[in-house]
Amino acid sequence: MTALAVVSIRNLKIALPKGAERPFAVDGVSLDLKPGKIVCVVGESGSGKSMCAHALMGLLPDTVSVTSGEIQFEGRDLLKLDDDAWRDLRGRRLAMIFQEPMTALNPLMRIGDQMTEMFEAHGLLTPKERRAKALALAREVGLPDPERIVRAYPHQLSGGQRQRAMIAMALALEPAVLVADEPTTALDVTTQAQILKLIRNLQRNRNMAVMFITHDFGVVADIADQVVVLRHGKVVEEGPAAVVFNEPQHDYTKALLAAVPSMDPPARSPLDDQARAVEVIGLDKTYVTSGGWFREDRRVEAARAVNFTILKGETLGLVGESGSGKSSVARLVMRLVEADRGTVRIGETDLTSLSGKALRAERHRIQMIFQDPFASLNPRRKIGHIIADGPIAAGTAPKVAFDRARDLLKMVGLDAGALERYPHEFSGGQRQRIGIARALALEPEIIVADEAVSALDVSVQAQVLRLLEDLKARLGLSMLFITHDLRVAAQICDRIAVMQRGAIVELKPTAQLFAAPEHAYTRELLAAVPGRKERVPAA
Amino acid sequence: MLSFIAQRVLKGVIVLLAIVVLNFVLIRLAPGDPAVVMAGEAGASDQVFVKQLREKFGLDKPLPEQLFIYVKGIVTLDLGFSFRQQAPVSKLILERLPATLLLTLTAFAISLTLGILFGTCAARFAGTWLDTAVTIFALIFYAMPLFWVALMGILLFSVTVDWLPSFGYETVGGNYTGFARVIDVAKHLIMPAMTLGLFFMATYTRMTRASMLEVKRLDFVKTARAKGLSDAVIQRRHVLRNALLPVVTLAGVHSGTLIGGAVITETVFAWPGIGRLMYDALLQRDYNLLLGVFVICSAMVLIFNLITDLVYRLVDPRIEFAS
Repeated sequence: MTALAVVSIRNLKIALPKGAERPFAVDGVSLDLKPGKIVCVVGESGSGKSMCAHALMGLLPDTVSVTSGEIQFEGRDLLKLDDDAWRDLRGRRLAMIFQEPMTALNPLMRIGDQMTEMFEAHGLLTPKERRAKALALAREVGLPDPERIVRAYPHQLSGGQRQRAMIAMALALEPAVLVADEPTTALDVTTQAQILKLIRNLQRNRNMAVMFITHDFGVVADIADQVVVLRHGKVVEEGPAAVVFNEPQHDYTKALLAAVPSMDPPARSPLDDQARAVEVIGLDKTYVTSGGWFREDRRVEAARAVNFTILKGETLGLVGESGSGKSSVARLVMRLVEADRGTVRIGETDLTSLSGKALRAERHRIQMIFQDPFASLNPRRKIGHIIADGPIAAGTAPKVAFDRARDLLKMVGLDAGALERYPHEFSGGQRQRIGIARALALEPEIIVADEAVSALDVSVQAQVLRLLEDLKARLGLSMLFITHDLRVAAQICDRIAVMQRGAIVELKPTAQLFAAPEHAYTRELLAAVPGRKERVPAA
Repeated sequence: MLSFIAQRVLKGVIVLLAIVVLNFVLIRLAPGDPAVVMAGEAGASDQVFVKQLREKFGLDKPLPEQLFIYVKGIVTLDLGFSFRQQAPVSKLILERLPATLLLTLTAFAISLTLGILFGTCAARFAGTWLDTAVTIFALIFYAMPLFWVALMGILLFSVTVDWLPSFGYETVGGNYTGFARVIDVAKHLIMPAMTLGLFFMATYTRMTRASMLEVKRLDFVKTARAKGLSDAVIQRRHVLRNALLPVVTLAGVHSGTLIGGAVITETVFAWPGIGRLMYDALLQRDYNLLLGVFVICSAMVLIFNLITDLVYRLVDPRIEFAS
């Protein structure tokens, strides 16, 4: 606490445009960044955490405006700078990395050129020196084969490599302050762990001050020195990480911490005597991208000999990193995609042998909840239609279907008035509830939930998970629950299947999997979960 | 890349042959017999003369055989003989092709250059009077029919102020040579090329503007700002380059339409290109010539499309040559 703050934000107020849900995006925030320390700014969507980060970089969108406060940096109030002074500071003294490294990089420029731009922007070094420096930076952030990477385009890199390249760019001019806006949210858990470690190491070596924006308390636990909790644009709690974690003072902090799913699976009653709801035998699927007349085909094995059963009333988790084949298996089980080989049975019906009308008649038995509550609802249809369309198509009288839609909305905790409204009028959590109601409208026996809570804030996530558990028990449903988040899987699954490169490498009851993971990949996944130590030791 | 081109050329040839067959059948489906028309115009409509004509031009053979002969001719780059003009079709077309290419390529260059320039200005100063002016200007040319613009152009620049010639490729009887000829042709070219180019310029202006405003909001532009780059560099290197991708696509589609537009422009300005040739052939029922023009136009569209694809792959590294 003795080091002098390099950045002091005092009483920052950022006004939202008229007609927004509240007058201020950021409402009187004060915080300090100190050299060699990481301050995590935590909050749910709409808390104003990203606005704080952008204000510090002078990158606020035109629609909002700073109405009062100051940001002191190296003896100047940043909010009073003109454009030229800002340009001089950005990149050189203040650097930023973003959430989605794919969109944050220019798709038409080579990685190396985007790195050297950093020097060019500030008129430093000769072109030759810049290239040498770019190589050195690529090496420093642990990019494999730097000579090749600097000549590559962003789409040729993996997500983790792209974020490393972003970090290399940000560090090029040895800035005093690094602003990281959810830099690991879009990454797989194992990649996330590596990137967090990289940021940690670089920040220590260079004695940088870091403002780290995140919604994930696991990440906070891994990386923070100081924690600032934001809610509705106001700081509700701040302090050293260990204190905030172990003795949270504010109710909101306590609620947020409580909502973080823990890695300890709750006890679950055994289901051994139940009938089989789904049986999947030897499912194979290889995607072949035709290479054309003069080139070899590209083959991706999305499913390799996948076997599992789901009992009545059971939730089977399917976990793995992106590209492991989780979603492909979900689509195969639902027969949205045809398998190359293998059988899917729903109860006693062999779904894979059906086609045409017979298949359509069985489809209602297995329904899906999608990941993105924004993209999965037709923006031009009213909620009533979205829910009732399925049953009406299956022959239910419209009036009956709409009555049922009303009941379903009540069941998922929404007002019946929602029937007449459009998707954009609802929040993410509410839309996911609508998605659940839509899936239930066809009275399925099995629900396939594909990353159904991944896009939601932790508190909303906890509510939706509770809702799913409750509905499952009341309606006697079985569930195939796909997630990349082992903490969520621990909370809701009876058994978990771990997928890697299209194959299930381990399938066990949840408690057993967490207590004694056998496969090396399972162990790797478990070790990479952020905040695994749960409580940070006092620094 | 070479294999990509080879593959595309091969596919192009197949498409071209299909077009040839389709055009051939369509034209023969139309009522009327060229031999009867020709014999009638020669003032000798007796059956023997018609029969002679039909034998001479191979019109007495069954349709499949005629088609086979025609396709065989195409493969050996023989487009047949024009009954009306008493000359090989390929010779007639080759005489006219340079004028059309000169007109369309100039129009294309004008429309792209001005369109991107105006679009960039409008996007750069979005919401100001300049943006409004450019947008309205573009909308006017987008909405006006080509022939009307052409006629107004003639009225203003040839009749009223008399700066530019109103028709033709060069001054008849001028007999200019060397640089003087270039100037003469250029003077004749300005109005047809501008007329043809303005409509397309308007679409590129609108597209560039919309596309730039969209790209401006993307994350990597924020990254560029976070680097401390100057606004000019950000606009040029990050915004414009990405914004041009849809414009390139559109321009590729247009390159074919341009030739269609040339028919009207060439007719109004009496420009001696294949647009005029096609128009005349149509009025005179000169089937072989018409077919020949169709084949050449189709080939040009295919070639322009190939060039567009190559350019697209050049500017967007995400597209690989094999797909």
